[in-house]
Amino acid sequence: MSVPADFYLTLSAVMFTIGAVGLLVRRNVLVMFMCVELMLNAANLAFITFARELNDVGGQIAVFFVLVVAAAEVVVGLGIIVAIFRRRVGATADDVHVLKG
Amino acid sequence: MILASATGFAVPHIDYTAILPELILIGGSLVLLAAGALNVRHLPTRVYSLLSGATGVAALIAGIVLWQKVHGGGHPLTAVAHSLVIDGFSTAFVILSACIIIVSSAIADGYLRREGIAGPEFHALALLGASGAMLMAAANDFIVIFLGLEIMSIPLYVLAALDQRRAESGEAGMKYFVLGAFSSAIFVYGIALTYGATGSTNLAQIAGYLATNVSTSNGLLLAGAGLLLVGFLFKVAAVPFHMWTPDVYQGAPTPATGFMAAIAKVGGFAALLRVFFSSFHSLEASWQPILWVVAVLTLVTGAVLGLVQRDVKRMLAYSSINHAGFILLGLQAASREGMSASLYYVFVYAFLVLGSFAVITVVGGRGDTSHAIESYRGLARRQPLLGFGFAVLLLAQAGAPFTTGFLGKLYVVEAAVRSHSYALAVIAMLTGAVAAAFYLRVVFVMYSLPAGEAAPAMALADGGALATGTEPAAAVAAPAGESRGGVLVAAPPEAPAGAATGAGGGLRLRAASLGIAPSTLAGIAVTVLFTLALGIWPAPLFSFVHAAGLLF
Repeated sequence: MSVPADFYLTLSAVMFTIGAVGLLVRRNVLVMFMCVELMLNAANLAFITFARELNDVGGQIAVFFVLVVAAAEVVVGLGIIVAIFRRRVGATADDVHVLKG
Repeated sequence: MILASATGFAVPHIDYTAILPELILIGGSLVLLAAGALNVRHLPTRVYSLLSGATGVAALIAGIVLWQKVHGGGHPLTAVAHSLVIDGFSTAFVILSACIIIVSSAIADGYLRREGIAGPEFHALALLGASGAMLMAAANDFIVIFLGLEIMSIPLYVLAALDQRRAESGEAGMKYFVLGAFSSAIFVYGIALTYGATGSTNLAQIAGYLATNVSTSNGLLLAGAGLLLVGFLFKVAAVPFHMWTPDVYQGAPTPATGFMAAIAKVGGFAALLRVFFSSFHSLEASWQPILWVVAVLTLVTGAVLGLVQRDVKRMLAYSSINHAGFILLGLQAASREGMSASLYYVFVYAFLVLGSFAVITVVGGRGDTSHAIESYRGLARRQPLLGFGFAVLLLAQAGAPFTTGFLGKLYVVEAAVRSHSYALAVIAMLTGAVAAAFYLRVVFVMYSLPAGEAAPAMALADGGALATGTEPAAAVAAPAGESRGGVLVAAPPEAPAGAATGAGGGLRLRAASLGIAPSTLAGIAVTVLFTLALGIWPAPLFSFVHAAGLLF
């Protein structure tokens, strides 16, 4: 009836590996972020599987912490990318502030 | 289903005094941000720096109070449902982080004003980062270590990318972020596997589980511990996880580099030491050989690649990798002495690296760009005090006697020898000698070459014009006064305040004429005094660190 824990753990390991390899081989920063998310969610899946196996609520709580941190991380990461992108566009983006007040 | 079965859930009692230093730093950061937002950047930078420094002093006082509380009885206390432990170890790191904030605020103040960077961002981020490092040191649960790691790292990513005018800064921030997020994900997966193997994320419970259950096939646990180690080694820049270090150190704004180098090593090594000395102590036979290899690679890579660098920031990045190897020596020893030695080294290194990058900030000049070794040509002749300070800091990093750097290296090598890692001790000393070559090269460039010849390439043109016959006399008198004052204010808590007033006041006239902020000079003076005074009179710091080395 229920799926064995090994299946979840294997899926988690596969997700983690895809994320890790993807981060190392892909060159698009946004895709690299997605790979990090994949790795974090692989860890979340492992946490939940173990929590079910151990009948312990701690693993489920950990997932919430990881989710929150992942969200915070992406916010900062995207902010840094936007900052770089604005610089790349160069003078045009920098010059628009002359019209203020 | 499981949530429903977890009955009897009790709201934990939160002992706010136990987490007061962290709360002070986070509160200070929020106050800074609010002040910046409400005043639309009309507040002068000096106000933000003072607020940041005052927050650091408050955290330092709270840390000292905590130290008194846990040190006397020698019995640690746990807080917030046993997820934090307040013992000598964690309070020592609280005190160190607070000192880093105070010194770093002073150093950054001069930089921010020189570059005309308005707003509280630098200080607010630094305060948050330091609170994360404190949390890592006090964590008694892997989830809290992870939270501390992220609270420390995320502000550091932003600090690296803070200088919008240089493309390198943004690039440094992005590289640091991508590799940092990668290491965090590896770390979380390590926590998950360790949780699966031991049934808990609490460090004490894991230690208890491992002490009572002797598992014959603990592949899951070893994989988890391995991934955790990888996550930590990324943060402390150990080979083979050091790739980000040179780029990030070079690209980040220089005061941010100094702060990052100090606080990341502090937080990373605090958690690494606690986890591997307490929770995974029984797995010693498994992790000692791995750390042996990592330490050798780290020592050799840092020293050898440091030799070929032409950029001083990049050179110090490799030097920091070499230092990380020395600190790993104490961990590899897996003994009480090793613990104290690593702790001592972290304390010493934090001040050395802060001071070194403060000097680089000054020499970098407006725009933060002149970091080639050529920029240091004749520095000691143009600015004898600055040159003397940098020489002391570099010689201490090289391990010259009568400095804290020498004692740090001595203690870690002694710990390695006592645990019979003779080969490792010899390799460490050899790499120390190799690394001394590149420190001495900078000292040589600063002192032996005439200032006049390279005048067009100089970063501090106004300094060169002021060089007159009276300067050498002032330079001889001032260091003597400094070191005498240093012995008087040698106790770490008083040192920043004492030197900031003493040295800062004396230097103000010269500093103003050279266009260098007195606050930055005061920060450099504190680190130099710390290095010299506690190098000549090592007893206070060593007994402090020895008491702090007692884990729960």
